[in-house]
Amino acid sequence: MADNHILAVDNLSMRFGGIVAVNELSFAAQRGKITALIGPNGAGKTTVFNCITGFYKPTSGTIRLTHDDGKSFQLQRLNDFRISKIAKVARTFQNIRLFPGMTALENLMVAQHNALMRASGLTFLGLIGAPSWRKAENSAIELSRFWLKQIGLLERADDAAGNLPYGDQRRLEIARAMCTEPALLCLDEPAAGLNARESASLSELLLSIRADRGTSILLIEHDMSVVMEISDHIVVLDYGVKIADAAPQAIRDDPKVIAAYLGVEDDEVDAVEQELGL
Amino acid sequence: MTTPAPAATAAVAAKRGLGAAFIFKKALISALVALVLFSLMIGVRTEAGPEGQLIYWTRFGDLGAMVATVFFGSIAIELLRQWWGPIETVRVIPPRVTSSLALARRAIAPILLIFTFLVPVIFYDQRYILDLGILVLTYVMLGWGLNVVVGLAGLLDLGYVAFYAVGAYSYALLATNFDLSFWVCLPLAGILAAFWGVLLGFPVLRLRGDYLAIVTLAFGEIIRLVIINWQSLTGGPNGISGIPRPSLFGIPLSNTDDGLAALLGIEYSPTHRIVFLFYLILALALLTNWVTIRLRRLPIGRAWEALREDEVACRALGINTTTTKLTAFATGAMFGGFAGAFFATRQGFISPESFTFQESALVLAIVVLGGMGSQLGVALAALAMIGGFELFRGLDQYRMLVFGVAMVLLMIWRPRGLIGHRAPTVFLEHSQTISSDLVKEGR
Amino acid sequence: MDYFAQQLINGLVLGSIYGLIAIGYTMVYGIVGMINFAHGDIFMIGGFIALISFLILVSFGLTFVPVILLIVLLVSMAITALYGWTVERIAYRPLRHSFRLAPMLSAIGMSFVLMNYSQIAQGARVKPVPPIITGGYTLYEADGFVVRLSNVQIVVVVTTIVLLAIFTWLVAKTRLGRDMRACEQDQTMAALLGVDVDRTISMTFVIGAALAAVAGMMYLLYYGLVDFFMGFVAGIKAFTAAVLGGIGSLPGAMLGGLLIGLIETMWSAYFSVEYKDVAAFSILIIVLIFLPTGLLGRPEVEKV
Repeated sequence: MADNHILAVDNLSMRFGGIVAVNELSFAAQRGKITALIGPNGAGKTTVFNCITGFYKPTSGTIRLTHDDGKSFQLQRLNDFRISKIAKVARTFQNIRLFPGMTALENLMVAQHNALMRASGLTFLGLIGAPSWRKAENSAIELSRFWLKQIGLLERADDAAGNLPYGDQRRLEIARAMCTEPALLCLDEPAAGLNARESASLSELLLSIRADRGTSILLIEHDMSVVMEISDHIVVLDYGVKIADAAPQAIRDDPKVIAAYLGVEDDEVDAVEQELGL
Repeated sequence: MTTPAPAATAAVAAKRGLGAAFIFKKALISALVALVLFSLMIGVRTEAGPEGQLIYWTRFGDLGAMVATVFFGSIAIELLRQWWGPIETVRVIPPRVTSSLALARRAIAPILLIFTFLVPVIFYDQRYILDLGILVLTYVMLGWGLNVVVGLAGLLDLGYVAFYAVGAYSYALLATNFDLSFWVCLPLAGILAAFWGVLLGFPVLRLRGDYLAIVTLAFGEIIRLVIINWQSLTGGPNGISGIPRPSLFGIPLSNTDDGLAALLGIEYSPTHRIVFLFYLILALALLTNWVTIRLRRLPIGRAWEALREDEVACRALGINTTTTKLTAFATGAMFGGFAGAFFATRQGFISPESFTFQESALVLAIVVLGGMGSQLGVALAALAMIGGFELFRGLDQYRMLVFGVAMVLLMIWRPRGLIGHRAPTVFLEHSQTISSDLVKEGR
Repeated sequence: MDYFAQQLINGLVLGSIYGLIAIGYTMVYGIVGMINFAHGDIFMIGGFIALISFLILVSFGLTFVPVILLIVLLVSMAITALYGWTVERIAYRPLRHSFRLAPMLSAIGMSFVLMNYSQIAQGARVKPVPPIITGGYTLYEADGFVVRLSNVQIVVVVTTIVLLAIFTWLVAKTRLGRDMRACEQDQTMAALLGVDVDRTISMTFVIGAALAAVAGMMYLLYYGLVDFFMGFVAGIKAFTAAVLGGIGSLPGAMLGGLLIGLIETMWSAYFSVEYKDVAAFSILIIVLIFLPTGLLGRPEVEKV
């Protein structure tokens, strides 16, 4: 059902010199659902992400994003900041990129830049302290407070982001992305480096974002417990090519996927599984 | 209580014992290095002789004195270092002192401000102090202006003096050619400088770090060279003289019948104008400060700081990094332009000599020494640098030497500046300052 | 055409001098990532030392020019190298792992120190010397215009080429060169693998300063004068050359130097002498707009 796809990637290819990082990839992410992009290291997942979020310009192919109101965008034609500003795609990074010298609250305020810029009358209304600006600023603080509460960091709102523990930084980055009020949230390995308890609370957070806000989520993840628990749909990449595209249960049993992860040929999977006693 | 391990005690003792020999050896090596360094440069003096031909004579006495200075200086420094301990040593300060220090720190800004307001009253008769005050305030304003670009947005600008020059020449040309008053020219000078900031910034702001630095440096040099060579417009190296003095909203501060003194019925004194200039630059500087503080709490200012922290993350959040950098550049340039206009009206005469790279370096040093991003720090640094520079006026030819040495030492002593922490722009419960170790510098 | 050929020769000679200074900038930038603002003044010091040692040798009665030149070259390289070492030791090493702007400000301070130091030590007036190397060759003559290649020009270009060859060998083949490249990539890892990082960085400054000394001496030979302020302008030009070529790239520095030399000479010859520097800086800006990392610089890949 094309109508229900928030994101449709079609024949996407990305080459770096002679290396083909992503080859003729097509997949779709459903609206209001969590789609996971998985695959062994070097499969090209982050490259796909960078193409979607405008950090790379794809060599060929199209990436179409459709909002709830039917407005659609060709993401490969928009450049970097416009993808977040106009198409409302937010992302997080594999190696956290917060503003370490700014407080948690400030990080969330920066995320609301475009809305606040309009409210401050491109700075001029803000400079004279117009009441409309004051109101907008207060509601921005309220939104930040809401998200800080969601991620359980309300008490640390005034601490420098760089001083927060690793797990908190990961969640703060997600909250910051959510403060841009995105239509699609792209998460690059959100559970990397988290312990089991933190992973569980991350899953909870993502599920609540999907349930309460209806935000569609696309995530790259290596932690299979998180992927299997929360994904509605999984796309598997290997060497830049899609090898599977199905619901979690089907992926779990797909010999091609297992082969890719174990690094063996398809027909050897049975033998290897027997050896390992799976 | 356990006694220290014997081995450790022995080591300490050994170190103490070795101390003298070590210090002596180090001093000897330093002296040797100094001997080679100074051998030709100080030991021999060259000068053009009577027939224009170069002659030389030796100065072994001076050479010996220099080498001896290095030898004993090295010993003194080494002794001081041993007494103080490693540089990282944190001296334990009693809590009472710390808390009173914190109080003093909070009080320093208002006290400084009140004192500045009173300077013309206290030092009314001392023209020298008033002139120095004006000079310091001009640099405070330049520092605050550059702080927007370097301290907040993290863009390295080595050609800030270009905008200072644009402001000064805009004012001078507008005022002398079109007979416009100071209060019309001042905003125009600021706007023109901002315009040049945008013009320069637009193509080059996607350059990173040091590439941006050299381009701004090149731009500063281009402006200066054009001013020198476009004689028909700028008067070339001779500069522009006869720049009109500012008026108090149309009332001239002169010894004429329609002058301010005559209108107020008081006796005319040239000091009136100096005092007026003092308050004028103070007002301009405070305006710069107010606008900057205000901007920091607005989305644009936060975006500047975010840009300094992480440009990639900014783009992912939908911030247009190009316009954000441009606004920072233009804002800084505008303040530079205001300061330039003030400089022109104060001096009454400007020439390209006032707008050299040294000037850019000085303002940058003020910003970095102040602790990038800190308004109070920049003001203190300007006071220290310009005031210090004046203190060494007596040293005359050694002035730049002392200035350079001071710059090196200050950087080694406080690489992050006098006030190295950052105050958040917004808070929920309580505002706590952020250690400079976390704050990025931009690229 | 003849005029052009003559300007080409002049431009290449000037470019060689810029290139030699530019290598010092680019090496230091490559290894410690800072703009060594004092490098131009190191070049100036090199010029002064060459001048003084030359005067002394002549007053001792030495007349055989090649021997004089060789001794002057070695003396000025040695002493200037020590200046480079000392500057790094005093002003940069304490700031090695500090914030990015601190070493740069320290370098600007050091530049003021060196400039003022020579002004005090040797006076502010320009020091002229009579031409040391005279004569030359007439390449060809046509329509009353002579294209000449003077002996000084030959000396400058040959010295530059020889030194570049030695230097390239040093970086490519020796232990020191390997250490330098390792430190450039990753200082921590290099240290873990037994590279003496402090020593390697020191040596980078020493080599850079030695090359600057050569440039200073060539400048003295070519223009026949030195003054305490010459380091500033030449330094900015050479740094421009390094950036134009792509900072961090050694062939880039030489290429940038040659280009800046040519642009300056050609602009002076065909347009106006007054605006030659404006032309050089403008071309730098234009090149950077289209090639943000210079001509031969490695494009920066942004990892996200």
